[in-house]
Amino acid sequence: MSAPSVSAPSTPGKQAAHHSGINLTVLRIELRRLVRNRRTMIFALVLPVLLFLFVGTNKTYANDNAAGVVGQLTPAHANVSAYLMVSMALYGAALATTAGGAMVSIERAQGWSRQLRITPLSPTAYILIKAMVAMVLGLSAVLAVFIVGKLTGVPHMLPGFSYLWFVTAACVWVGALVFAALGLFIGYLLPSENVMQFLGLVMAAISFAGGLFYPLNHAAQILQDIAKWSPMYGLNQLVHAPLLGGSIDIMWVVNAVAWFALFVTGAVWLFRRDTARV
Amino acid sequence: MAATSGTGTARTGTAQTGTAAIELRDLRKNFKDVKAVRGMSLTMASGEIVALLGPNGAGKTTTIDMILGLSQPTSGHVSVYDLQPREAIRRGLVSAVLQTGGLLKDLTVEETARYTASLFAGSRPVAEVLQRAGISAIADRKVGKCSGGEQQRLRFAMALLPDPELLILDEPTTGMDVEGRRAFWASIRQDAERGRTVLFATHYLEEADAYADRIILLRHGVVVADGTSSEVKALAAGRTVRATLPDANEDELRAIPGADDVEVRGDTVLIHSGDSDAVARYLLTSTPAKNLEIAARALEDAFIALTSDDQADLDQTTTGSQAGGSR
Repeated sequence: MSAPSVSAPSTPGKQAAHHSGINLTVLRIELRRLVRNRRTMIFALVLPVLLFLFVGTNKTYANDNAAGVVGQLTPAHANVSAYLMVSMALYGAALATTAGGAMVSIERAQGWSRQLRITPLSPTAYILIKAMVAMVLGLSAVLAVFIVGKLTGVPHMLPGFSYLWFVTAACVWVGALVFAALGLFIGYLLPSENVMQFLGLVMAAISFAGGLFYPLNHAAQILQDIAKWSPMYGLNQLVHAPLLGGSIDIMWVVNAVAWFALFVTGAVWLFRRDTARV
Repeated sequence: MAATSGTGTARTGTAQTGTAAIELRDLRKNFKDVKAVRGMSLTMASGEIVALLGPNGAGKTTTIDMILGLSQPTSGHVSVYDLQPREAIRRGLVSAVLQTGGLLKDLTVEETARYTASLFAGSRPVAEVLQRAGISAIADRKVGKCSGGEQQRLRFAMALLPDPELLILDEPTTGMDVEGRRAFWASIRQDAERGRTVLFATHYLEEADAYADRIILLRHGVVVADGTSSEVKALAAGRTVRATLPDANEDELRAIPGADDVEVRGDTVLIHSGDSDAVARYLLTSTPAKNLEIAARALEDAFIALTSDDQADLDQTTTGSQAGGSR
C-alpha cells in the first residue's frame, strides 16, 4: 500500500492509516473465536472424522482397490479406504469453509460489520479476513481427517504414490474455496444468528447430490443427471482424480469453476448492496 | 446565533486552525418516500461540545450516519476536517460511540479493544483506554456477559483508541440507569476537558443542558434552533420579565417593542418577550418599575415548544406542513 499524505503536514501524528487492516492481531483473535465456538468445531472437525471411522476403515475397504468404487477398469493408486478418507476430508472442508464464511451473517446481525465501518478497515479487507479464517478452518478439517486416517493405518497409497497424501489434501483444501465463497454468499443473504443449523442441512443435501456419500455410477440415471449440475460434483471428481489416476473430464473443471464464479458473484453483489446501505 | 467562530483548540497536533470539525451544507437524506433530513446546514468548530437534541425521528441518527460516512446523503455536502467522512475515519480524526450493537458477544472486553486497536495506524495503548473508560477490571469478561452500561463504556474505550480530534456519540446513555449515566458523562467530560471536540445526540434534555456548550435542536430533519442552552430556551419561549409597577397601563406595556404578552396582577406586571433586554431597559428607564426579575423558561419547555407539531411557525423551512406528520 502506498502512503499518501494529502494534508498530513497540518495533522501531525495523524498520518493516513493506509495499511490494509489485515494483521496478525486480528487473525489471532479470529482464530481464537473459532476454537471457542464448540458447535462449529464439532460440526466441521469431529463429524467428518467420525464418519470416516465408521464407514472408511473396515477390512474390505483396506484390501480393495479404489478403482472399484467408480467402476474404473484400470487400477487406482490407492485402496477404497483412502478414497473415502479424501471424500470425508472434502465433506469436512466444505462444512468448515461454509461455516467460516457464514460468520459474516452473525457479525452483521450483531452490528459488528457496521462498527468496523468506523475504523480504517476497508470492507474488502474484512471479507478477505473472513475468507482467510474460513480457509484456515477448512485446512484444520482436512488435516483432522488425514491425520486420523494415517493413525488408523487403513488408508493406503500404492508403493511410489505416497506423495498422493499431500496432493489430495492440497486439492481438497484448494477446492474448498468454492464453499468459502458459498459461506460468504449465504452470510450476506441471511442476516440470521441461526444460519448454522440451516447450513448443516444444505451441505448434507449438496454432498448427497454430488455423489460424495455413495458411488454415483450405481445410482439411477436421474440422480446421475442431477449430480452433474450440483456444486459438489466437479470437486468430488477432481479431488479423487489423483488417486484414481484416470483422465480428467473437462466438465468437472467447468462445474467447479462455474459454481465458484456463481458464489463469488453472489457474495460480491450482496456485499456491495450491504456496504451501500449500512 | 450559531457559534461558528471557532479558532482551533489548544490541543497539539490538531487540524489547521480555522478548519471546521464538521461542515454540513444543505444536507438531505431520503429513505424511499420518507425525508429523514431535509436541508441541514451547520458548522461545528474545533473544541466545541455540541448536543444534537430532538425527539425520536428528528433525524439525529441519520445525520450522524452521514457525518461518519455510514450512509450517503441524497444531496448536499458533508465534510469532517475538510475531508470526506471515510477519509477522516481512516486517519483517525473522528470516531464514534454508536447507539446499540456493534460488539461481538464471544470476544472479551480486552480482545474487542485489541482487535479495534490493531486496525488503526497510531493507536493509544489498549490498557490506557480501558482504564480511561473505567473498565480495566472487567477486561477478561466476555462482552455478552457485560451490562448495557459496561458495553457502552467499551464502545467509548474503542472510540478513544485513535485519539480522535472529534468524538461523536449517538444517544450514548440510552438504557443506562441514573448511576451509570452519571459515571459515563463524568468520563466524557473529563475527556473533553483535554480539548476534544464532542458531538452527541440525545433526547434527554438534562444531558444537553448539562454537558453541551451549544445545542442544535432538530425537528423533522431540519434545525429549528441553534445556540447556547439559554439562547435556545429564550428562542423558544422568550423570557418573562416580572416587575413591581403600581397603576400599570396595560396598553402602554403592550406597545413596548418586543413584548409578546402582558399580564397585570395588581401591582405586579408579567411581560413575556423574545427580547427581554429591550423590555427591561424600557421598564427601568421609561416607567417607575422596580424589583425587576427576568426568568428563562426551563429547557424542557423550549424543547416541547420547538419540537411539537403545532409550533410550525418557528420552522421557516418546512412552512408548517406537518399536518398529520409522522412521528
